Amino acid sequence: MILHELIDYSTLKMIWWLLLGVLLIGFAVTDGFDMGVGTLLPFVGETDTERRVAINTIGATWEGNQVWFILGGGAIFAAWPPLYAISFSGFYLAMFIVLAAMILRPVAFKYRSKRPDPSWRNGWDWALFVGSSVPALVFGVAVGNVLMGVPFRLDADLRMTYEGSFLGLFSPFSLLCGLLSLSMLVMHGGAWLGLRADGVVAERGQRAGSFAAVFVLVLFAVGGGLVSSGYVSGYQITSDIDPGMPANPLWKEVIVAPDAWMRNFEAHAIFWLAPALGFLGAFGALVGLQTRFEGLTFLCSKLSVFGIISTVGVAMFPFLLPSSIQPSASLTVWDASSSHATLFNMLVATIIFLPIVLIYTAWVYRVLWGKVDERTIEDNNHTAY
Amino acid sequence: MELSVVDLSRLQFAMTALYHFLFVPLTIGLSILLATMETVYVMTGREVWKRMVKFWGTLFGINFVLGVATGLTMEFQFGMNWAYFSQYVGDVFGAPLAIEGLTAFFMEATFVGLFFFGWDKLTKRQHLAATWAVAIGTNFSALWILIANGWMQHPIGAMFNPDTMRMEVTSFYDVLFNPVAQAKFVHTVSAGYVTAALFVLGISCWYLLKNRHIAIAKRSIAVASAFGFASALSVVVLGDESGYEANLNQQMKLATIEAMWETEPAPAAFNVIAVPDMERRENLFAIEVPYVMGLIATRSLTTEIPGIKELVEASKDRIRQGAIAWDALQKIRANPKDVDPNVRETFAQNQHTLGYAYLLLPFTDNPLTATNEQIDAAAWSAVPNVWPMFYAFRIMVACGFFFILLTAVFFYYSSAGKLDYLREKRRWVLHVAVWAIPLPWIACEMGWFVAEYGRQPWIIEGMLPTSAAVSSLSVIEVLITLAAFVALYTVLLVIEVTLMLRAIRKGPEDGQQPDSPHAMPVSRAYPIAAE
Repeated sequence: MILHELIDYSTLKMIWWLLLGVLLIGFAVTDGFDMGVGTLLPFVGETDTERRVAINTIGATWEGNQVWFILGGGAIFAAWPPLYAISFSGFYLAMFIVLAAMILRPVAFKYRSKRPDPSWRNGWDWALFVGSSVPALVFGVAVGNVLMGVPFRLDADLRMTYEGSFLGLFSPFSLLCGLLSLSMLVMHGGAWLGLRADGVVAERGQRAGSFAAVFVLVLFAVGGGLVSSGYVSGYQITSDIDPGMPANPLWKEVIVAPDAWMRNFEAHAIFWLAPALGFLGAFGALVGLQTRFEGLTFLCSKLSVFGIISTVGVAMFPFLLPSSIQPSASLTVWDASSSHATLFNMLVATIIFLPIVLIYTAWVYRVLWGKVDERTIEDNNHTAY
Repeated sequence: MELSVVDLSRLQFAMTALYHFLFVPLTIGLSILLATMETVYVMTGREVWKRMVKFWGTLFGINFVLGVATGLTMEFQFGMNWAYFSQYVGDVFGAPLAIEGLTAFFMEATFVGLFFFGWDKLTKRQHLAATWAVAIGTNFSALWILIANGWMQHPIGAMFNPDTMRMEVTSFYDVLFNPVAQAKFVHTVSAGYVTAALFVLGISCWYLLKNRHIAIAKRSIAVASAFGFASALSVVVLGDESGYEANLNQQMKLATIEAMWETEPAPAAFNVIAVPDMERRENLFAIEVPYVMGLIATRSLTTEIPGIKELVEASKDRIRQGAIAWDALQKIRANPKDVDPNVRETFAQNQHTLGYAYLLLPFTDNPLTATNEQIDAAAWSAVPNVWPMFYAFRIMVACGFFFILLTAVFFYYSSAGKLDYLREKRRWVLHVAVWAIPLPWIACEMGWFVAEYGRQPWIIEGMLPTSAAVSSLSVIEVLITLAAFVALYTVLLVIEVTLMLRAIRKGPEDGQQPDSPHAMPVSRAYPIAAE
């Protein structure tokens, strides 16, 4: 196939780095509010009907949203194979916990309403809580670890050995990132409940969302402070690197440098837009939640999620997964991608199919749009979740 | 027995995959049956067909979510447990998985919400379109997954790149149109159709036996038996196609399925029953049907099928050639930026056998200096255990032929309008259909066992041994997740079956039956106990 020569290899790597961001943000923005609502579920609903209101604001669409997670996994596998291999095997037990929690979600949504027994339903509510809050927390902890560097080595066969432990994943900084991620999704979930639920469920959701927004502002500021002060060191490539090189992570030199994660911001002031969006979005969401501007609140909350995730991506660029014990084996955009042909083929598939996905998803949301209140649930007692 | 990380990871993959495939075939088949029934509803406007869609849709939903839940694990455990595999072939293998998410699973998961919640919000035709979108999405999903799996069985369109130490795509077209993948896809979705058909058929027969929901049961039997008969024929015929492809690409798999130790003069006989002995490398006992095997596998009277011993001899040559490739690779690796062009040339010529050199690594550190005994041991290590292959395959095939018979009988009685004859005079036939419900699942699981266990010791046929593909994990880590997955999946399976039986006992709404004691009371909010 010569067709892939149409776009040069280094450009394709850049495009796939951007698409990785699109996928992660797509997941956090769509399934993020499902996770926020799931986390809030036991607290915004006191009666069964109230809980069903919360569940049915996401009941019909969460399944499609979750595909962002599956697609994210598949796309990382296809476009960044070493990243897929090293991160998921390195974070083995943490990843297992995420999967076990997420496995509970589809089942809980579907089975909860199958029996009227209160203890049955209460049990599934807690399954939804665990299935939503635990992944939200662990994803943040994982990002914190990625920022600090992960203890893996690569031998000449590119076989990875991981020298960390499960408990080693939890440091003050990574826990802070975990709480930030959880707060961010709870804020987002609160904004969603304001938009789609009515009555007491919406009010409680908005109140919880406001608290979460304050947490987001504080934790994001503290996290940023820890990185910019050099408490969390970054990584820096010191050898010449050819962006069009074959994807072999061992062909470069990397050092640990306290201010390395700040250099992209220093070099290009425009990148400050990312953290600025993170703060402004969360602040806007906070104001919106207090003043009940529902549509604007949700938009601000989305922008905040976008800004916070972009901040991490921009700070680390071109790093994807730094190694704390063999820095030169760190995975970067230039040396951890798939081959030229695969990146091209996958890009073609994405250009054709992603817009189609977005179009039908938008249509489905439009069809199912409308406030859910206790009346809706009682009228549809048999068909609603 | 001391279990290694490789053994435990294999066990975990087998367990999670087999559990996943308890739910997948029913989703694949039932989605098409639902779309078919709804099409009849939209075309005829008869309410009974809508009630059928809603009832079978309820059962579909209970099953569907566990397919989704267990599928999550499948997407990520290549990276978790098979990191070197992921690194080694992600360039080829990852693409179909990603495209599956993008083109198929998104569609299935997005429209399934409309299927359940869109009845009052969509026109009849729009809802029908949503149902078909679920069915098409589900089936496309299977296509992409089987393209990925087919590539593990027959890795074409890719080549090892010594600079990146992995296999990379040379022809995406070949990967997509891999004949093994195509044969597997049609065989697997047909198996899903049979599963759903026998599920609908069995439950409907149970209603006939209980004298309940007669109108819905008869129509369901009509659809399921016709669809099931066609699918059962297709699953057997296209299974045969898989056998034909296996003879071209995975001769060892075929030889172990047949417990065929020696190459026999064409056309080879088919062993109906055999007692294979791995130690003595022969069958202690066998009942043969002459000619049949040769005809199935080669579609000729004169082509020989190589036996296990001949295949082992052939793989010894590949191991020796692989050692040359392995040695050249070590030299390239040592100084990748400045390699003697002759070494690259040597590697390029022998690289297709590199995987065979890896077979030697459990026996020696340097494949190039391996002794004949080590080569012999490595070659024999590439033979899967014969007896589980032999019997798993025969159970699957026996089920397949039984499905043809069963669906044919019901197709006849249903299309001749004689189901009442069965109800009144031949009730045992209905009983057989009820008891046959679990059989497609057994056949499916046996099929996957043959496909995957039969590929061992390779994770990618001829390219990478399974033992070289694992992650750097400890035994205890894998033991924890294995035990936890078994526990979690088993609990969920028990809950699923309980809900399924409940929904079946409650039955469809058809006005014939007063509310059963299991029916949910209408319009009542249930307060949640204080935490």
